[in-house]
Amino acid sequence: MGNRKYFNEAIETMPVEEIKKLQSEKLVKQVAHVYNNVPYYRDLMDKKGVKPEDIHGIEDLYKLPFIEKSDLRESYPNGMLAVPLADCVRIQSTSGTTGKRVIAYYTQHDIDLWEECCARALVAVGADREDVVQVSYGYGLFTGGPGLNGGSHKVGCLTLPMSSGNTERQLQFMMDMQATVLCCTPSYAAYLGESLKEQGYTPDQIPLKAGIFGAEPWTQEMRRNIEQTLGIKAYDIYGLTEISGPGVAFECSAQGGMHINEDHFLAEIINPETGEPLPEGAKGELVFTCLDKEAFPVLRYRTRDICVLNREPCSCGRTHVRMAKPMGRSDDMMIIRGVNVFPSQIEAVLLAEGFSENYQIKLGRVNNSDTFDVYVELKPEQFDDSVKNITAMEKSLANAMRNMIGIGPAVHLVPPKTIARSEGKAKRVVDERNLHD
Amino acid sequence: MAIKQLSVFVENKQGSLHDITDALAKANIDLRSMCVADTSNYGIVRIIANDPDKAKELLDKDGHAANVRLVNAFAVPDQPGGLAKVLSLLEGHGVNIDYMYALITSEEGKAYSVMRTGNTEETDKILIENGIELLDESKLH
Ligand SMILES: [Zn+2]
Repeated sequence: MGNRKYFNEAIETMPVEEIKKLQSEKLVKQVAHVYNNVPYYRDLMDKKGVKPEDIHGIEDLYKLPFIEKSDLRESYPNGMLAVPLADCVRIQSTSGTTGKRVIAYYTQHDIDLWEECCARALVAVGADREDVVQVSYGYGLFTGGPGLNGGSHKVGCLTLPMSSGNTERQLQFMMDMQATVLCCTPSYAAYLGESLKEQGYTPDQIPLKAGIFGAEPWTQEMRRNIEQTLGIKAYDIYGLTEISGPGVAFECSAQGGMHINEDHFLAEIINPETGEPLPEGAKGELVFTCLDKEAFPVLRYRTRDICVLNREPCSCGRTHVRMAKPMGRSDDMMIIRGVNVFPSQIEAVLLAEGFSENYQIKLGRVNNSDTFDVYVELKPEQFDDSVKNITAMEKSLANAMRNMIGIGPAVHLVPPKTIARSEGKAKRVVDERNLHD
Repeated sequence: MAIKQLSVFVENKQGSLHDITDALAKANIDLRSMCVADTSNYGIVRIIANDPDKAKELLDKDGHAANVRLVNAFAVPDQPGGLAKVLSLLEGHGVNIDYMYALITSEEGKAYSVMRTGNTEETDKILIENGIELLDESKLH
């Protein structure tokens, strides 16, 4: 690993006021580009009564309409394209597990921009020209492989385009080519680590120094496990195909949140219920606006990820705002007694306390106050014939949940396989409050 | 002697008791006694049977939460004050009784009870030292 600190020092350490000025200049141009070239956007803006000349800078961002994933799906295959197809050089696509896929188009400028974001991420974890970067994300329509591959080229690293799968070959190349940086999903990193351990390798025999892991949620516990088994530092990365791909935000050596590449992507936090912008530092839904994309620029794209932005100075010297790891999806968010609660928070507590993840949240309303009950299936081995112990387990779970989310549910342990399932999965939330009557 | 008791964590709803007894009957397991403790959410069914380990294995396979543990079983003369004597004896020794239920037997003149206390081994010792008749597991088979 080299001594290089930044891929693009001038931009990455630019004073905040200058970044905001740069964003304002770019936003004005981006809005005009979209309005003039994408009929879908023009209609949305016209309906909202906002014209490009109403946008003078980032302070006017709130005037623009939101874009939802459904908008991008509806425009399949190229209704959002802002340049002639002949100017495009690549497409990537989301997996489209539900409904239509979203196709993202790229000009060479867009590819360069995206790859530079990935290059910044790699340099931030210590990569330099001497490094060997093993890219074990999938290659193809998925953005993971192509993004990190391009970023690695830009830094000048030797790039191993492994793609995902074929673990035996992954481990052989890692050892024979002495890979120093691994890029893949955190679950695959954990799996590779376990495989190496099974083959008798100790962490100091593994050449890796750092890893960039993203594209799926992972916990601090997973991070520690991966760091221990592989003997590396494990870093988080964030991105969406709709915005560009991995590298929209990346973690630095401080490992305290991901720096958003603010010269390209403008981040806002909004109230997911009302759409109203929230001040920096508030918890809410993350919304992105592209600032200088050509082919597929989206404005105010609602990610559905709930997180917090942090503008405090970072020890790495970067000035770009940091986003916390998303703590849930706004689609899943419940508001209980005025507090935002996510099923993922309940799951995290169950996992940490050694309980089954078969649970159900029941919400009701008594005397105008919310009732909050969590039913959890007891694991057969947790049963020891004692009512006292069941009551004690219920109490300790309720306390752990209160510490996590701020309000305490009534926890009820129930026998295994008694929570109703649909398609093999327990139904997570039953809301009987009739709030919308 | 302490004897083995099977207990099962069940839903507090109609039919859950029948599910358990039905499964055990099909496997030819003979139930000698049973007691149900229930709360608003769940019940604990406690069973004295001729083969508790086999019963647990069977219930485990079905995904039930089942447990086998030792409990104290003893006999007292079937007359007023018979049980009270044992209870005051245990209280005098500071033994904490978690639960207790009667065991069905065909032996005339005697009443058998099962209890779980804070310390099964210690309870057994107290009962023996004070001449209380214990139920031997062999009597159940
Ligand atoms: Zn930093």
